[in-house]
Amino acid sequence: MKSDIILAGVGGQGILSIAAAIGLAAASNRLFVKQSEVHGMSQRGGDVQSHLRISDRKIYSDLIPKGKADIIISVEPMEALRYLPWLSESGWIVSNSVPYVNIPSYPPAEEITAEIKKIRNSILFDAESVARDCGSVRSANMVILGAAAPFIGLPLTEIEKAVAGLFASKGEEVVKINLKAFRAGLTVTGRA
Amino acid sequence: MQKYILLGDEAIARAGVDAGISGMYAYPGTPSTEIMEYVQLLKNKGEVSISCEWSANEKSALETALGMSYTGKRAMAAMKHVGLNVAADAFINSAITGVNGGLLVVAADDPSMHSSQNEQDSRFYGKFAFVPVFEPSGQQEAYDMVFDAFELSEKYSVPVLIRITTRLAHSRAEVTSRRPHPQKQIRLPEDSSRFILMPAIARKRYKTVLGNYEKLKMENRLSKYNVFRDGHNRNLGIIACGLAWNYLMENFSDEQIPYPVLKISAYPFDKDIIMNITERCREILVLEEGYPFVEEQLRGILDDGRRIYGRMDGAIPRDGELTPDIVAKALGISTGSGPRVPDLVAPRPPSFCKGCGHADMFNAITEAMKPYPFNGVFSDIGCYTLAALPPYSAINSCVDMGASVTMAVGAADAGLHPSVAVIGDSTFTHSGMTGLLDAVVKNSNVTVIIADNQTTGMTGGQKSSGTGRLKDICTGLGVDHKHVRTIVPLRKNHEENVRIIREEIDFQGPSVIIASRECIQTAARRKKSENKSETEKDQS
Repeated sequence: MKSDIILAGVGGQGILSIAAAIGLAAASNRLFVKQSEVHGMSQRGGDVQSHLRISDRKIYSDLIPKGKADIIISVEPMEALRYLPWLSESGWIVSNSVPYVNIPSYPPAEEITAEIKKIRNSILFDAESVARDCGSVRSANMVILGAAAPFIGLPLTEIEKAVAGLFASKGEEVVKINLKAFRAGLTVTGRA
Repeated sequence: MQKYILLGDEAIARAGVDAGISGMYAYPGTPSTEIMEYVQLLKNKGEVSISCEWSANEKSALETALGMSYTGKRAMAAMKHVGLNVAADAFINSAITGVNGGLLVVAADDPSMHSSQNEQDSRFYGKFAFVPVFEPSGQQEAYDMVFDAFELSEKYSVPVLIRITTRLAHSRAEVTSRRPHPQKQIRLPEDSSRFILMPAIARKRYKTVLGNYEKLKMENRLSKYNVFRDGHNRNLGIIACGLAWNYLMENFSDEQIPYPVLKISAYPFDKDIIMNITERCREILVLEEGYPFVEEQLRGILDDGRRIYGRMDGAIPRDGELTPDIVAKALGISTGSGPRVPDLVAPRPPSFCKGCGHADMFNAITEAMKPYPFNGVFSDIGCYTLAALPPYSAINSCVDMGASVTMAVGAADAGLHPSVAVIGDSTFTHSGMTGLLDAVVKNSNVTVIIADNQTTGMTGGQKSSGTGRLKDICTGLGVDHKHVRTIVPLRKNHEENVRIIREEIDFQGPSVIIASRECIQTAARRKKSENKSETEKDQS
């Protein structure tokens, strides 16, 4: 088993929580994990990405080679496109469709949508409104994780357990909202 | 033995704690910050009793670690690569004094300059100071090396440098820990005169250091971190240093590497190790993260021997960090690529957080400067450097920690007016205070604006040594108290702030304006934890 995942977003959008949930699930499944993160200057509203690799064999490189990513999971649509060179031919894009506009040169949203739709295996949807329905727009990252979960190659129950574990220290209510968000994301893919 | 998922930084910190350090000293700097933060986390959880407050700068950190080593206890100092420049005096001379308790210096290099102003390679410092260097390829190796580095440090009475780069510092993987060592007892050095580097003593010590360096080369011949693996295809031999080893292995994950390979992770190495490759192979590929450190030594100045591929002949780009794709290309392995990035994808540089006080401060500075077509706004290293980007375009320089103040003094000497320095609170106490003293002594016509967000912001909000002390520091250094002003950078104070900045620009002599407003990131975290403890109180 081997899954190479690129997580993409803008600094502060919570891609590291997605990475942490998948990492936890992989580790409790006795898989090898490597997860490269961006810390520092880019976290101030710049583009951020994380290379997450899970495998049943030893992983050497912390970085995924180009053309080898099985999934690009993105919480921002333009950021999903930034990492296309890493996507494998059979790879999936799962992305939030709501733009995060903090630069003047942000392209028109419909052009971004058109570019993502050009990728055969893509799921693009408004994760923020799904998250809002679950109780907090801040759980949009868990909605996206839910939508991507079937492509990761880990048992869904394990990922769900990891989501619960990740937010356990923040209280029952937060766990409940994030689990709901995760399951709602899962349903989106189920329908697609 | 326990299993953890740790960043490279955290693996080093965990290992330091498990190897029995009594002190961890550091100044925050990407990508090294999480080393200290992890030790502090363990301390806050009550798991360890280790001295681990942030130091004012890297020199202070390394000297404090040396002081602890003097007493016979183990200590670590951690910094980013450019921090080692600040600590260089202490680093190079600590090699001459030698250590008593084990002393590890961790330098985290940042090739590709993800969050830095250069990509200098700290391995050169090791060679420069005659200090052994360990360069781990992975998180587990980083953990294990710390134990061996302490042993080596105590065996040869020498500080040991651990050199990592961004990708290892900020990548997580599983690490299995060892049984922790107890901390050491105080045991003063038998020959403490070696810590007195007067010329007569230093000359003797230097000979010892030179002799030890040769012994270290022999020691590293047997190091488990320098591994030779033979291969059947001897058309090419590969030398892979530190992290580069991973990218090499990645390209052969499904098969044996056909070429003889030498992995180097312990320096200095001697000729015999290299000869494993040179005796077998006519051509050599050198893979290393950072400068062509090993490659340059192999080539020598004449470079007229065998064919060597690496960063110096363009087989690998001369600058920037390695990737598995770059290594594949150097090996002639074809690589794939997904679709190209559509043209519409725009760059998204970092920017001030929404509601950041620095933004209001720069709006005031820019307006205050309007009447002066010839002006200099010298700035420094921190979040506020982002004011270089549009829409602010408000600063003219960012060079090294503290350079804003001294460059402003130099420009004022040349006759430039206004000559303004903009420096963060943490950067000011790191390296700005001495420059301000220069300004006071020569009555320099500069205005120093301290962007006081009461934290070390860019690295994630670490404690700032100057918090609550800035005014006293400035008047203590001799700035007239009437010209140490405080403003609150909020939009509603804009007019007043512009007026105060202009008044101090017009004042002939050194003046300081402390632009004080809590970082909105730390403020948000503080409020959250206050709310949490309120709720807990309510529930109990």
